[in-house]
Amino acid sequence: MTTEPHSDPDVYSAFEGDLPGTVTPSALRRRLRRYVPALVLAFLVLVVWELVVRVFDIEEFILAKPTEIYSTFLDEFDTVVEAGWTTVREALLGLALGTVFGVLAAVATARWAGLREGLLPFAVAANSIPILALAPIANQWFGLTSITAKAAVVSVIVFFPVMINTVRGLTEVDPGELELMRAIAAPPREVVRRVRIPNALPYFFSALKVAAALAVIGAIVAEYFGGRTASLGFYITQQAGAFKFAEAWSAIIVGSFLGIAIYGSVLLLERWAMPWHVSLRTADDR
Amino acid sequence: MSAVDIRGVSKVFGSGPGQVEALKDIDLSIESGQFVSLIGPSGCGKSTLLRLVGDLLPPTGGSLTVAGKTPHEARLSRDYGMVFQQATLLDWRSVRANVELPLEIMGASADERTARAEEMLELVQLGDFGGHYPWQLSGGMQQRVAIARALSFKPSLLLMDEPFGALDEMTREAMQDELLRIWERSKRTVIFVTHSIPEAVFLSQRTVVMSRRPGRITRIVDIDLPYPRDEDTREDRRFYDKVTEVREALREHE
Ligand SMILES: Nc1ncnc2c1ncn2[C@@H]1O[C@H](COP(=O)(O)OP(=O)(O)OP(=O)(O)O)[C@@H](O)[C@H]1O
Ligand SMILES: [Mg+2]
Repeated sequence: MTTEPHSDPDVYSAFEGDLPGTVTPSALRRRLRRYVPALVLAFLVLVVWELVVRVFDIEEFILAKPTEIYSTFLDEFDTVVEAGWTTVREALLGLALGTVFGVLAAVATARWAGLREGLLPFAVAANSIPILALAPIANQWFGLTSITAKAAVVSVIVFFPVMINTVRGLTEVDPGELELMRAIAAPPREVVRRVRIPNALPYFFSALKVAAALAVIGAIVAEYFGGRTASLGFYITQQAGAFKFAEAWSAIIVGSFLGIAIYGSVLLLERWAMPWHVSLRTADDR
Repeated sequence: MSAVDIRGVSKVFGSGPGQVEALKDIDLSIESGQFVSLIGPSGCGKSTLLRLVGDLLPPTGGSLTVAGKTPHEARLSRDYGMVFQQATLLDWRSVRANVELPLEIMGASADERTARAEEMLELVQLGDFGGHYPWQLSGGMQQRVAIARALSFKPSLLLMDEPFGALDEMTREAMQDELLRIWERSKRTVIFVTHSIPEAVFLSQRTVVMSRRPGRITRIVDIDLPYPRDEDTREDRRFYDKVTEVREALREHE
C-alpha cells in the first residue's frame, strides 16, 4: 500500500488523548479550562449585582445583596438543606418513574406501527399541555404533604419528552444500516439490539437532559401549590411572601445546585453509555 | 450450475406517470468463481441490479437464481458479502467490532471473531486501526473497513457497489491488486459495479456494459487478459485495446 495511514503523524496525533474513555492529564486540563469563562462571568455578575445594590442603596426587601444572601444561606443552612432533601427525592422519583414509563411506552410504540399512528400525535400534543397545572389535582389525590403527589406531576412532565424522543431514536434509523443487517440476514431481535437501541441512545439522552432540568423545576413549582413545610417550593413562597428575599434566595441556591447536580449526573451517564458519541468529540474536547 | 442466473428481469419503481423503468429485459448468467464488472452511466440501474441479486429488492418481472436457490434463500443462508456505495459503518462500534458484526450475528465464538477481524483488517491495510471509531477514519479507510466486513464471513458471492469510488488513484490501484489476490485465492464469484473503465477491464473476466432509460445490457465485453494481473497488465497493449472497446460500447448508446 502506498498511502500508509500512519505516515501522517499530524493528522492522527490530534486524536491522541481524546479517544473516548481516555482522559490524559492534558485533556483534563483542557476540559477544566473551558469552564473558566463561565466562572469568570458568574463572578462578575455577582460583583455588579452587589455594587448596584450598594451604590443605589436599594432596600433589602426589594433586592438582597449577594453577600447578604450568602450569610443568610449559612444561617439557614440546615433548614434549606432539609427542604432540598424533600424536593430532590420528589424530583428523582418523578424522573425515574417518568423515564421508565416513557421508555416502555416508546418501545411499544416503535414496535407496533398501529400504536405509533394512534399514540404519537397524542403524545406530541400532550407534551405542549402545561402539565404543572395538574399539581393541585395531584395534591388532592395523593395528599398535600405526600412526596408521591409531586413525583406524580414530575413523572408526567418527564414522560412525554422521553417517550417522543426515544420513539424517534428507535425508528429514525439510517436505511443503509437496516439494509446492511438485512444483507447478513440478521433476525429482528438482533436489529433491535445492535442497531435500533444504539441509534436511540443519543435521542434518549438529549431528552433525559431536558427532563433532568424539568424535574427539579417541576417539583419546586408543584410545591408552590402547597406541600411539606420542609420543601423548597413551600419555603420560597413563605419567605418571599414575608419579603424575606435573602431566605428565599438561599432556597433558590439549593434548588440550582440540585438541578445542576442531576443534570451533571445525566451527562456522566451519557458519556459512560455512549463513549462514541459525536457530541463528545467536538473541538471543545481538545 | 451457474452462480447467478438472471432471466428477463425488469424493475419498475413506483406506478402511474411518475414511475421509473429502472431495468428492462436483463439476461445475464455468471459462472461460479467468475469476476464480472457492471459499468454504465449514472442512473442506469447498476445498484438496482445488485440489489435484486442480493434480495434487497423484489424484481417486477423475470426470475433470478443464485447457485440454484432463490435470492431469498441465498440471503438467508448468508451467501452474500455486500459492499454498498456508502461504507455504512455503525458509529457506535470500533473498526474491529464493525468487521466482527456479521460473525457476531452468525454466532461465531469470540476468539474466532477476533482472529478473523485481525486477519481482515491486515488484508485491507488497517491493522493498526482496529481500536479506532469510524469517525476517526477517512472516507477511503471507512470503505476498506466495509470491504473487510463483507469478506469476514467468507461469503460465496461478493456484491460490490463502487467500493473504490472514494479512494485516491494510488490506493485504488493497491486495493484492486489486493482484491484480485483475494479472488484468485478463494475463487469466489464477484459482481463489481464501477464507473471506471480501466478498473472494470483490469479486474474482470467479463465487463457488462449497460445503457440508461430503461436500464439494459447493451454489450458484454470478454476481457481475456491472463491472470495474475499486475503493473505490467496496466501497461499492456491488449489492456488498452479492451479499455477502448468498453469505451466505444458505452458511447454507442449515449
Ligand atoms: N428506491 C427507489 N425508488 C424509486 N426509484 C429508484 C429507487 N432506487 C433507484 N431508483 C431509480 O432507478 C434508477 C436506477 O438507479 P440505480 O441506483 O440503480 O442507478 P446506478 O446505475 O447505480 O447509478 P449510480 O452510478 O449513480 O450509482 C434511477 O433512475 C433511480 O432514480
Ligand atoms: Mg449506484
